[in-house]
Amino acid sequence: MIPAAFDFVRAGSAEEAISLLGEHGDEAKLIAGGHSLIPLMRFRLAAPSVLVDIGRLDDLKYVRDGGDHLKIGALTRHRDIEIDDDVKSQAGLLAEATANVGDNQVRHRGTIGGAIAHGDPASDIPSALLALRATVVASGPDGEREIPIDDFFTGFLETALGETELLTEIRVPKVPDATWSFQKFNRRAQDWAIVGASVLVNGDQAGVGLVNMDSVPLRAGAVEAAIASGADAATAADAAAEGASPPADLNASVEYRQHLARVLVRRGLEAAGR
Amino acid sequence: MEVQVTVNGTSQSHDVEARTLLVHYIREACGLTGTNIGCDTSSCGACTVHLDGESVKSCTVLAAQVDGQEVTTIEGLADADGTLHPMQQAFHECHALQCGYCTPGMVMASVSLLDEIPNPSETEVRIGLEGNLCRCTGYHNIVKAVLQAAGGGQ
Repeated sequence: MIPAAFDFVRAGSAEEAISLLGEHGDEAKLIAGGHSLIPLMRFRLAAPSVLVDIGRLDDLKYVRDGGDHLKIGALTRHRDIEIDDDVKSQAGLLAEATANVGDNQVRHRGTIGGAIAHGDPASDIPSALLALRATVVASGPDGEREIPIDDFFTGFLETALGETELLTEIRVPKVPDATWSFQKFNRRAQDWAIVGASVLVNGDQAGVGLVNMDSVPLRAGAVEAAIASGADAATAADAAAEGASPPADLNASVEYRQHLARVLVRRGLEAAGR
Repeated sequence: MEVQVTVNGTSQSHDVEARTLLVHYIREACGLTGTNIGCDTSSCGACTVHLDGESVKSCTVLAAQVDGQEVTTIEGLADADGTLHPMQQAFHECHALQCGYCTPGMVMASVSLLDEIPNPSETEVRIGLEGNLCRCTGYHNIVKAVLQAAGGGQ
């Protein structure tokens, strides 16, 4: 299938992208690698009349040291994150979750900013950013603001980004001494997770993010609280589906997803040494 | 809109609709039909080409996005005198194809894989090719061919 017709405009800078969004309003969509947006447009689930191409904004492609955190440019490709030495040593969970996205070809095109701005609860990367307690930076006509990852995902394919805002950076706390595990349950290589879990254990604290367990990427807060109060892996993982409203589809019922969340979180906690 | 792409070393420029997918640009505007369209949903990898040297699925890239960049298709792999690329030669010798439909994409993905992992294990080859489907169930010989190409001083 071919997308509905649109005008294609290339932005030469972040400022120009923001001003083009202002000019075209909700008719416009930003496109980076396009690996979330182009499939939607091909299925005619999205039909923006203007595409603002930000794929050439090379100054938003980086991994930098920000002191106690890593700064990752929104246009950094999955491939570049998955092999980055600083990401691997300081936030290894993110490198591992990223390596699980799609396949090599997809990771050569897809970007971290695009993956989270898409707001898909079935995406792997948001779960890792929840577990790592990342912060998202958005730029708009009035300047820059920081959005904690817990406030970023607001609904199915919806985020806190305003209509004229551009996601520019993701800040990921450095946790070189943490142990972690990324668990993904799917039926075939390359499939989306039926359920997935990002598990990070840092001393007596845990960070747990779930994939495909609600209409948004979900923090398993009850598991984190149980670990903080000294529970073992099996006991803490029992709370993995607490407060979640997972979808039912041809792959899994609600009950099966709840079961998977408990199993995957337990495996993740055990793999992370709890 | 005018889209200029260097395809297999030759600069091409065509006036196409903004919504033209790279695979259609390659097949219809450039007339290079070695790149196949399979699933059309970025799953099967039959349309894999190299964009600035890296494997991508050309059914999920807009031609407009790659304006000014370099694309290599299966037609651009062999030498001008017809000498096959080592990966093509290995596919030939290992009988790494049956119907051949997935083969252009498999070869392009495999060349890109060895650029990133020059001496892969069998597991790394299998994981590295997870974005390419063969419905003749021919993976065994495909993996063998990639390992042979890697060992052959690729």
